[in-house]
Amino acid sequence: MSATRSLYEQVILDHNRNPRNYGEPAESQLQVEGVNPLCGDAFILFANLDGDTLSDIRFSGHGCAISKASASLMTTLVKGQSKEEALRLFHLFHDMLQSDIQIPLDEEALGKLMVFAGVREYPMRIKCAMLPWHALHELLYKDTTIQA
Amino acid sequence: MMSIKITTEPVIETAYSVSTNSYPIDTIRKDFPILSTELRGRKLVYLDNAATTQKPRQVIEALTAYYEKENANIHRGVHYLSEQATLKYEQARHKVKEFIKAGVNCEIIFTKGATESINLVAQSYGRAFIRPGDEILISTLEHHSNIVPWQMLCQEKGAVLRVIPMLDSGDLDMEAFDRLLTAKTKIVAVTQLSNVTGTLVPVREMCRKARDLGAVTLVDGAQSTPHLPIDVQEMGADFFVFSAHKLYGPTGVGVLYGRAELLEAMPPWLGGGNMIRSVSFEKTTYADLPDKFEAGTPDIGGVIGLGAAIDYLQDIGLERISQYEEMLTDYACARLELVEGLQIQGSPRARRGVISFTLDCVHPHDIGQLLDQDGIAIRAGHHCAQPLMQRLGVPATARLSLGLYNTAEEIDYVALRLQHSRKLFLS
Repeated sequence: MSATRSLYEQVILDHNRNPRNYGEPAESQLQVEGVNPLCGDAFILFANLDGDTLSDIRFSGHGCAISKASASLMTTLVKGQSKEEALRLFHLFHDMLQSDIQIPLDEEALGKLMVFAGVREYPMRIKCAMLPWHALHELLYKDTTIQA
Repeated sequence: MMSIKITTEPVIETAYSVSTNSYPIDTIRKDFPILSTELRGRKLVYLDNAATTQKPRQVIEALTAYYEKENANIHRGVHYLSEQATLKYEQARHKVKEFIKAGVNCEIIFTKGATESINLVAQSYGRAFIRPGDEILISTLEHHSNIVPWQMLCQEKGAVLRVIPMLDSGDLDMEAFDRLLTAKTKIVAVTQLSNVTGTLVPVREMCRKARDLGAVTLVDGAQSTPHLPIDVQEMGADFFVFSAHKLYGPTGVGVLYGRAELLEAMPPWLGGGNMIRSVSFEKTTYADLPDKFEAGTPDIGGVIGLGAAIDYLQDIGLERISQYEEMLTDYACARLELVEGLQIQGSPRARRGVISFTLDCVHPHDIGQLLDQDGIAIRAGHHCAQPLMQRLGVPATARLSLGLYNTAEEIDYVALRLQHSRKLFLS
């Protein structure tokens, strides 16, 4: 059972049950889809940029607890942050999930992202946790503007 | 008569007591070495049989014996080992013929799986006999392996793919089938048992109607063969395909049954050794059936292993296995329905071995992961049937699929752990 707990941390279960910044906004500057065709998980990210700042970010869609909680936590971390900071968090999260499970993590630097540390032990689920972050990466750094 | 009592609380007494009267479940379980292994400190509960089945000692020993004592290439060797290997390989063909009640041995073609068998028919029969505007009829229940080869053929030939819709119950819409089946229909390719809903499809009726209109039929028996006695002649199928690994045999071996008359008329598919009579640079003549469709060295050990699996199943008796699994399927449906928030996908008139479900607050992938922690192997996802998922209106399901060694106690355990998972996700 300990293994289950380390994957399904209470924080993850809570974000899955009550996702933050969830639901389609009336309008948004940017939107991008994150889809995993292999498992059917599909989310849409909606964001507004104020200069270089992500002034608002929301998401909708469906997926497993890991992907949904990851999307929820991500929105709380990047909302109000600069694009540069969002990219830094992306790499921090990405590197953590790709890291060897034998190597201790820098818990202080990772902060809230640490709740996903257990996912490293489940290679099949890493793509679930990364799905919303890849969508964010695309949203910020590709031309996905649907409204000027 | 077997009977079942449903338990909703942690099981203390045996959930059903009569099975051992008529069905040697304890002996059967001991035949499968993997069933006594532990996973994550828990006894393995294997309920992913629609993906692949476990192998009995008898099959494993047949493979070992072949590689330790009998290994040689078949058909052309004059030495002792080659003669022995050829004999065993051809004996396995005879066993398959008896197992599905084909007319003659040469109607049995060994392939590397049901998927390859379907592709063989699509590319050999299809390329030779399908014309622009012809129609190929499949159903909503099909696995990708019985969709994509026909799409490829339609694209190449300018033929039209038509799909028999499914009713909400998970049964095929037979009235729609009657309308869709016309003189334009040249091939009807349907599964006998859905790998998602467990629906038993009335293939006999469909084959008869198709033949009346001059269409040839292919029945996908990948899921049905482990659960039902098969009689291809009584069924009236022109082609019937299945895989050894879903039938307690090795991976890498499949079977194509085809009526001799059709196989004779079909051009070869793969070219190479064994499928020829004579080769010169000017002209090659092809071998007779079944060699015409078996180019190259086949999976000899695997085919012998399939023969051993068939012997194993015949020893128990397909009728007995079928009765036991029918009872267990009904029990599993009834027991799972008692799990709060659980929704079984489809309620077909007849279901066998396969049950897909969703839980109201736990995603199928999380169900699979949580059950894995309890030593339970099920599958979550789209089960290679994306069009069917779309029809069911779900992105994915959790799927429990039964084998001849599963028990009601295992179902009880799964149901309890599902209740626990739901609680974990709700609280």
